[in-house]
Amino acid sequence: MLADFPYYIAAWIFLCGLYGIVRSRHLVHTVICLTILQSSTYVLLLAIGFRAGGYAPVFAGISPGVVTVDPVVQSLMLTDIVVETTVVALLLAMVVKAFEKGGTTSPDDLRFMRG
Amino acid sequence: MRFWGAGLLILIAASAFAIVRTDDVRNQVLALSFYGLLLGLMFFIFQAPDVALSQITVGAMALPLMVMLALTRMKHRAALGKGEKEKSHE
Amino acid sequence: MSEKRRLLLFLAGAVGLAAIYTAGILNMPAWGTYRGPYGDVIAGLVVFQRHATDVVNAITYDYRGFDTLGEEFILFSAVTGVTLLLRPESEEKKKKFEEGENPASFQDRAALSETVQVFTTAMFGFSVLFGIYIGTHGQLTPGGGFQGGLIVAAAPMLLYVAENTEAFERIISHPIADFLESVGASAYALIGVGALALGLPFLTNMLPLGTTGDIFSSGTIALISACVGLEVAAAFMGLTYEYLREILSRSRNEED
Repeated sequence: MLADFPYYIAAWIFLCGLYGIVRSRHLVHTVICLTILQSSTYVLLLAIGFRAGGYAPVFAGISPGVVTVDPVVQSLMLTDIVVETTVVALLLAMVVKAFEKGGTTSPDDLRFMRG
Repeated sequence: MRFWGAGLLILIAASAFAIVRTDDVRNQVLALSFYGLLLGLMFFIFQAPDVALSQITVGAMALPLMVMLALTRMKHRAALGKGEKEKSHE
Repeated sequence: MSEKRRLLLFLAGAVGLAAIYTAGILNMPAWGTYRGPYGDVIAGLVVFQRHATDVVNAITYDYRGFDTLGEEFILFSAVTGVTLLLRPESEEKKKKFEEGENPASFQDRAALSETVQVFTTAMFGFSVLFGIYIGTHGQLTPGGGFQGGLIVAAAPMLLYVAENTEAFERIISHPIADFLESVGASAYALIGVGALALGLPFLTNMLPLGTTGDIFSSGTIALISACVGLEVAAAFMGLTYEYLREILSRSRNEED
């Protein structure tokens, strides 16, 4: 159990974010919980690529032969963070528009969104 | 190193739960900024300085900024609507 | 669906997910033992193949440069979407929202002390310089275009905090911000096409590589990093302006 500790933390953060989305009463709260959901993937990716005793994959000052942690996974995380920013920007614009048309930010009361 | 990392991970898990359970949205933005900073610290401890820089600029600065901008615009529109209703009542 | 039923459905799903996830995790290697070959292969190759010392940025802008091209266009289209969504609806509504008297809740504000105003304005130039430094040193030290662009884009907010809304609006709403965003996004694609023009595959690193540790090293990595920084800075400034447009024009009309 202790050897897989960060993987369980990633699952916990994922379930926390999902719980927040299910119980949310304000649309901006929903967007913030989506951010937390996305950050659970950062923890998972980081834990996969980590090597105990490894150096950071930047060779400015250390010789290019040392053992480093995985750099490919870090590149994936960079892309992940950029995509999170753009998704939140667009979602917030939609929340602002829904507020202007519907008059309320509670997802249960937005009448025109009922199916 | 792994001991400090494990302690920080527990703090991150507790912080994620705290954000989800915060009710007022403005308080939640501050909690989100703190969570972003914690994540950036975790990336730094786990030997990922590039990602740590990215996470600090995004999660502790750009994301709370965008949420606050959206909240300000909604508050502005709400105040305008209330002002009009009061004027039409007079 | 009522809230209680939603919560029960979520709990059922969460228990199922936790069970399957735990069954999967128990078969994984322990944390801290990374066995996969790709990370070691690339970390050993980058300094010699590309003369760049930052492996993560070399992967992002060169080995996996095609993914980053898609990511830049995601950013571009998201900013376009926000501009479309938050545009002024019609001329009469625009007049209603941007002119006219201020609602009461926006009128009384505490006055900002002069110390804060002076120091915040003084930090503006330093922030821009720091952002440019981080953005141009992407191939040597941690940093790169995206991080530097964000720091530069956040610098004008210091002016807004210092209550210099006139300067803030002039910087943010300048039409050259839109132009620079398009230049940044298209320059990335054009660099890739430039490799095509030389008969090489798309996005090959075809510029001279220079010496390791120099700023003008690693060929197209530094150039792509700068273009990405330009686009990100302009995109975030445009985003900020879209949200604050009504409030800014209202304070501009107030001062007239």
